[in-house]
Amino acid sequence: MSETILSVENLRVEFETRRGTLVALDDISFSIAKGEVLGVVGESGAGKSMTGAAIMHLIPRPGRIAGGRILLGDQRIDNLDRTGIEAIRGRRIGMIFQDPLTSLNPLMTVGDHLTETIRVHLPLNRRQARARAIELLEEVGIPDPAVRIDSYPHEFSGGQRQRVVIALALCAEPELVIADEPTTALDVSVQAQIIKLIRKLCSTRGTAFMLITHDMGMIAETADRVAVMYAGKVAEIGKVSQVVGAPLHPYAQGLMGAIPSLDNEEPRLRQIPGSMPSLTALPDGCSFHPRCERAMDICRQRAPALLGAIDHKVACHLYEREEVAA
Amino acid sequence: MIALVIRRLLQSLAVMLVVSLLAFVMFRYAGDPVNQMVGAETTAAERQAVRESLGLDQPTLVQFARYVGRVVTLDFGVSYQFRQPVTKLLAERLSATLELSFVAALISLFAGIVLGVYSALNPRGRISSLLQSVSLVGVSLPTFLIGILLIYIFSVSLGWLPAFGRNGLIPVTENWSTGLLTIEGWKSLFLPAITLGLFQMTLIMRLVRSEMLEVLRTDFIKFGVARGLPRARLYFRHALKNTLVPVITVVGLQIGSIIAFSIITETVFQWPGMGLLFLQAVQNVDIPIISTYLLLIALLFVTVNLIVDLIYNFIDPRLKDAAS
Ligand SMILES: Nc1ncnc2c1ncn2[C@@H]1O[C@H](COP(=O)(O)OP(=O)(O)O)[C@@H](O)[C@H]1O
Ligand code: SF4
Ligand SMILES: [Mg+2]
Repeated sequence: MSETILSVENLRVEFETRRGTLVALDDISFSIAKGEVLGVVGESGAGKSMTGAAIMHLIPRPGRIAGGRILLGDQRIDNLDRTGIEAIRGRRIGMIFQDPLTSLNPLMTVGDHLTETIRVHLPLNRRQARARAIELLEEVGIPDPAVRIDSYPHEFSGGQRQRVVIALALCAEPELVIADEPTTALDVSVQAQIIKLIRKLCSTRGTAFMLITHDMGMIAETADRVAVMYAGKVAEIGKVSQVVGAPLHPYAQGLMGAIPSLDNEEPRLRQIPGSMPSLTALPDGCSFHPRCERAMDICRQRAPALLGAIDHKVACHLYEREEVAA
Repeated sequence: MIALVIRRLLQSLAVMLVVSLLAFVMFRYAGDPVNQMVGAETTAAERQAVRESLGLDQPTLVQFARYVGRVVTLDFGVSYQFRQPVTKLLAERLSATLELSFVAALISLFAGIVLGVYSALNPRGRISSLLQSVSLVGVSLPTFLIGILLIYIFSVSLGWLPAFGRNGLIPVTENWSTGLLTIEGWKSLFLPAITLGLFQMTLIMRLVRSEMLEVLRTDFIKFGVARGLPRARLYFRHALKNTLVPVITVVGLQIGSIIAFSIITETVFQWPGMGLLFLQAVQNVDIPIISTYLLLIALLFVTVNLIVDLIYNFIDPRLKDAAS
């Protein structure tokens, strides 16, 4: 495996509330290499966005990082102060949010957004920043960028706005871009274009992506590796070929279960009976056990650890036993 | 944009025409203008002569057209009380009211925005919650009470500022004397301006605060943080501008009401402005002054509205496109 850009080790995020301490993220570990796309999937509320927010120090109050480490290259970033993280945001880690319609300031031109962001991070004058902004728009596939640069966000379509948002995230050539459901708000046809763009940026620039999504089809097409999250934990993580093709965790199996009726149908999120427990009512042991067809006694008593080979790990007692036996 | 300006101008004109009609009806039919002008011993023939000379025997429509014609040339008739042209009377008082309103508006705008932004940026701070409760008092206390309170504190108890009147005037033109060029003038302006502006200030402050809190929660601010933009830039370039878009409308209308509501403040402080003149006119049924004041206030609201509309369109590019 090539150079690691981000590694998250045993990350824990807690919310102090009146009802007690909620554990939003529990013992999350993963890493992302240069130019790699790590997909992060899971039902709504699994903690995908929270993981991205923790990396960027954007956890909403009163949440806080209660344990673990986050390393960017070999620099520890989870304990940085405000100026420290501000030097990282946008400069070394870019971030994209779900809704391109609301991600841009309606009163500023796209060019103002870009030049402003470029000049915050790079020592360029106004003219140089504008030239760079036009290049960026070109690179993300905005036609006629030298003209379009002076348009306002509302003059772009949804897909084009998401391209602009991506260009903004790339202003200072960050090593990593965290994309939180970047296509969820877009039309299906536009989604495919954005996916292609992300792939292109990975191969041409070597930018790594943490791609948070609901869409298994998108993961299968875009990601190199995938982490499946459930109730604030990583259930399974590994290469896409393994986790999508031959998932081990019963929850991952449920997620990947292809809809059999149509040919060539991409694997889709399939409804698993029941719903994910809320943080206030996490069951003991494996938090998936109330919905798991293969649950055993031990599953109700002890939480499984994330174990396995370096490139494919799973948190499930079924496989812990195998390992012990082997 | 030009089409929009023209359309708005025409709309304003229509509004003014309707108000003129109201003013005309009041002028013409509230009491008999001839009776007001002539003495009790005038004969019926003489009255008829006056009536004809004033054109009061003509059809109503013609009279209205003439009225509008006179209004356009700033001829509003003669005050019954003072036996002087209304135009001259109002012009003499205009400087007092406009200076008072202008300073009050500036104070309320400046303080309102600064305090509103401050309490939006420090929503949990002690000063912010203090401001919130004090502003609640400011909104709910009637203007005359605030005026009397201020007079009591700063004039009667402390003796720092004059309790009433307009002093330190320097004539600029025939009709315009300004109090803005002397310390004395500012001293007498200060209390009335605060009194007049306080309500608007608290209103603007609360509005700016809530709008800004709203804007700070939006995705584009979050995305700005995630892009590494400095706080100051996010707050004052991105958030403030978006906050001010809805605030402008309210503020514009408030400026109109500041002038309209200066009546009360002018009365409390015996400030020789149009409001005081209007109040005297009401007491003496001086219809020419009343109807002219009505026209003037309407013109003011219409103008302010027009300007606000255009500024709004200028700031918000989405509206500019919708209009063209
Ligand atoms: N402000 C908050 N206070 C308490 N819990 C929160 C807060 N924000 C999010 N959470 C909880 O954190 C968990 C993870 O949320 P999130 O990361 O947004 O999920 P998703 O995987 O859908 O992106 C959810 O269970 C959510 O209820
Ligand atoms: S640990 Fe047990 S309950 Fe949890 S997924 Fe595995 S088998 Fe199911
Ligand atoms: Mg989410």
